[in-house]
Amino acid sequence: MHLILFVVFAGFCLAGAINLLLQSHPINSALSLIVVMTSLAVLYLLLGAEFLAAAQVIVYAGAIMVLFTFVVMLLNAGREERTLGSRSWRVVGFPAVVAILATISTVILKAQGLGGARLGDGLLAKNGASNIETLSTVLFTELLLPFEVTSVLILIAILGAVALARHGDGEPASGSAERAAGK
Amino acid sequence: MNGSLHLWLIPLLPFAGFLINGLLGRHLPKPLVTTVALLAPLAAFGVVLNAGFLNYVHVNPGFGDPSPYIETCPFGWLNVGALHIDFSFVLDQLSMVMLLVVTGVGFLIHIYSVGYMKEDEGYARYFSYLNLFLFFMTTLVLADNALLMFVGWEGVGLASYLLVGFWFQKKSAADAGKKAFVVNRIGDFGFLIGMFLLLANFGTLTFTDIAAKLTQNPGWTGGVLTVTALCLLLGATGKSAQLPLYIWLPDAMEGPTPVSALIHAATMVTAGVYMIARTHVLFDHSPFALSVVAIVGAATAFFAATIALVQNDIKRVLAYSTISQLGYMFLGCGVAAYSAAIFHLMTHAFFKALLFLAAGSVIHGLGGEQDMRKMGGLRKKMPVTFWSMTAAVLAISGFFPFAGFFSKDAILYSAFQQGSLGKALYFVGLVTAALTAFYMFRLWYLTFMGENRDPHFHPHESPWSMLGPLVILAALSICGGWIGIDRFGSFLSSVTGSTIDPATAPGGKSLDFALSGVAVLVAFIGWFVAHLFYKQKPKQPAELAAALPSGYKVLTNKYYVDEFYGATVVKPLLAFSTYVLGWVVDRAILGGAAWLLGAIATFSGAILQRWQSGNIRSYAAWLAAGAAAVLLFLVVQWPAVLANFGIHLGMMGH
Amino acid sequence: MNSLLTNEVPLSWYLLLSAILFSLGVLGFLVKRNLITVFMSIELMLNAVNLSFVTFAHQWHAVKGQIFVFFVMMVAAAEAAVGLAIIIAVFRTRATLAVDRIDLMKL
Repeated sequence: MHLILFVVFAGFCLAGAINLLLQSHPINSALSLIVVMTSLAVLYLLLGAEFLAAAQVIVYAGAIMVLFTFVVMLLNAGREERTLGSRSWRVVGFPAVVAILATISTVILKAQGLGGARLGDGLLAKNGASNIETLSTVLFTELLLPFEVTSVLILIAILGAVALARHGDGEPASGSAERAAGK
Repeated sequence: MNGSLHLWLIPLLPFAGFLINGLLGRHLPKPLVTTVALLAPLAAFGVVLNAGFLNYVHVNPGFGDPSPYIETCPFGWLNVGALHIDFSFVLDQLSMVMLLVVTGVGFLIHIYSVGYMKEDEGYARYFSYLNLFLFFMTTLVLADNALLMFVGWEGVGLASYLLVGFWFQKKSAADAGKKAFVVNRIGDFGFLIGMFLLLANFGTLTFTDIAAKLTQNPGWTGGVLTVTALCLLLGATGKSAQLPLYIWLPDAMEGPTPVSALIHAATMVTAGVYMIARTHVLFDHSPFALSVVAIVGAATAFFAATIALVQNDIKRVLAYSTISQLGYMFLGCGVAAYSAAIFHLMTHAFFKALLFLAAGSVIHGLGGEQDMRKMGGLRKKMPVTFWSMTAAVLAISGFFPFAGFFSKDAILYSAFQQGSLGKALYFVGLVTAALTAFYMFRLWYLTFMGENRDPHFHPHESPWSMLGPLVILAALSICGGWIGIDRFGSFLSSVTGSTIDPATAPGGKSLDFALSGVAVLVAFIGWFVAHLFYKQKPKQPAELAAALPSGYKVLTNKYYVDEFYGATVVKPLLAFSTYVLGWVVDRAILGGAAWLLGAIATFSGAILQRWQSGNIRSYAAWLAAGAAAVLLFLVVQWPAVLANFGIHLGMMGH
Repeated sequence: MNSLLTNEVPLSWYLLLSAILFSLGVLGFLVKRNLITVFMSIELMLNAVNLSFVTFAHQWHAVKGQIFVFFVMMVAAAEAAVGLAIIIAVFRTRATLAVDRIDLMKL
């Protein structure tokens, strides 16, 4: 059962990733990426990381990819054009990717002592606590500071995004509101 | 020796004078400059006299055979491996004689210069250069090793350059200074090679050590010794203006006349003779080199005398006369009669300095005129000058009992006794003596006798600052030779080897008298011809010149030697410098190398510039490549992999 | 094979999947010509790494691995927000989303 599930959803991952590369319209690529993310969430479930599976769906597939989709629609991005760029990605990039893949794969395949995963394997925590209990215990005691810093980070990101994305001189929203009020 | 003779004062006092007058002279009042300038040589002369008295009179009152007195500077000079050279001064009979001449005559010329250079604006500079010259010359004379002598050698060349080109705004004077220095340098090259050979073969440059080594090996002759001697001879010909390097001396007459008297008559040009006398043991061991010296000397003497016959500039005549007399000294050295050569050096210093100073007095009196054809009738207007000059002319011509007779006769007698080559050179010397008498009396007649040929000159006698030295030198020219070659020779014999004793030599004393008589006769003939040409039949010289136009032309143009050197040496060197060194080496090679460095930077910059295109995908590709490289480096077991290719790393672990 | 029959999936397969997804992400980063698609490839790379973290967390029974994934997700979210804001700003001045056309630092 675990095997079938793994094969199916790993297949979805790969299919989505390859489709991301093959599609020429960014919205298709975005949708493929959503497929990848949800498949990954299932894989997390298989590995006994329930909270992360949920977080993956909520945060990644549900928020980040939606953001991507919004931007694609906002900017009215069309199909990719053929541009005159450098061809160095062919000469330098391809071999680099191949080398990276080969190196990592060799290391993985040669590694010993990697176990297996079974369906229903939790984290097998010491005191039999559930996954979320274990996670939150560590997160809110040992790693409280990074947690709070992360929230500050997100705040800064919000500010940054707002500052970067608004118009140069004045906001069109207030401008149009004034125009609307003036009429 | 009891007490120190303080030889180091002899060079250093003039050097102090040079510093004071050179650095401060322009700001000091003229009398002070004069005092400093005169005190230095006078003090040096005093030290010399004192040293001579203490060393030779007081200590060994019979002018016996004291060993040379050596004074060494406490801190050494060169100590490199087995080579040890010190700043050492040696006072032996030879350097004693030379020092007396240099400082004594030098002092007289300093006094003369006070009057001669009175109106010149470079007054202080002149005296500083003169003192500098004295410093170097005394160093040269006092040196006990060849390297210190070389220091003095080069230094007098420098002083000569500075003084010949004293009026440097005049192009001919500046050129003459350069010519003197450059030609001297060619000779110095010979001296240097000679020094290297001495060092290589003897391991030392000290004259006494070399002489000792040579006397210990009497069988060591020829070969490398000949080469060394010939190299040293080349140096001597440069400094003493012999064939083939004499060309600078006539041009050096561009300098002030006292300079010509001091440097180019009495002292600097005799440095070559002095050097040969110092290293005479080396020359004695190489008969071939000695013959070369003798031939060079005799040939130069004759050659220069012929040119002097037709010169019209009074100083030029005296310059060629100097070259000719120096040839006599070389002839004396070449027949191993070193004492006779030094004797002639001493008497020549007296009468040649006198001749130059008197000529300077004439030039000064005539307001700068040097052409003899425009002179005449000066004997009434400038009596002291006239009588001094007469003494000098009689001395140089070799009339008994003036100084030149004794010394010239000694040389000719020694030459005659030296085998068949000696006899041939004797005849050359004899003919030259005749020519000498002729052109000197020609000068005498043209300058002083007859009537004034140029009406708008108003000659006046010179001041006593100029006439005093003339009188003293005239006295020396008259009685300077009376010491006689026998006593002089025996005084110097421990240093320069023994002289030939007429009593024991073949021919005996009667040959000596006969040859002396022949010499006086020949001088008389020379005078008589001059008397004929310039007193009784004044048109005769012109007719003779017209009769032999090409011969006359060759002589007036000094055998075209300068032009010959210009074409064979100067022009090729200039061409080589311009084309080979200038274009090829300087522009192509050096400039090209500099350009190449710049081009490499620019070119590689241009290549690297294309890498930074701003293209994001290109950057991404290189990023990925970098990441792959790092990954590979960390993951792969490099020692094992490289060992497969035979490269064995010595690192532990990894 | 024994383990497969008992429904145990070797963890190396998960890791391999992670490696392949990562390489595909790099490839997309190099190949795609639209700025937004390039950004999406970056997100794919991040996800691949997350998968390998979770795998190792399962291997060593260490919850810190999962916590790291949590933090990665947070940072990825912040990064996506800011990055897309930048893309919008760039689009405003350049009026193009082609990666090859955006090659000047000057706005």
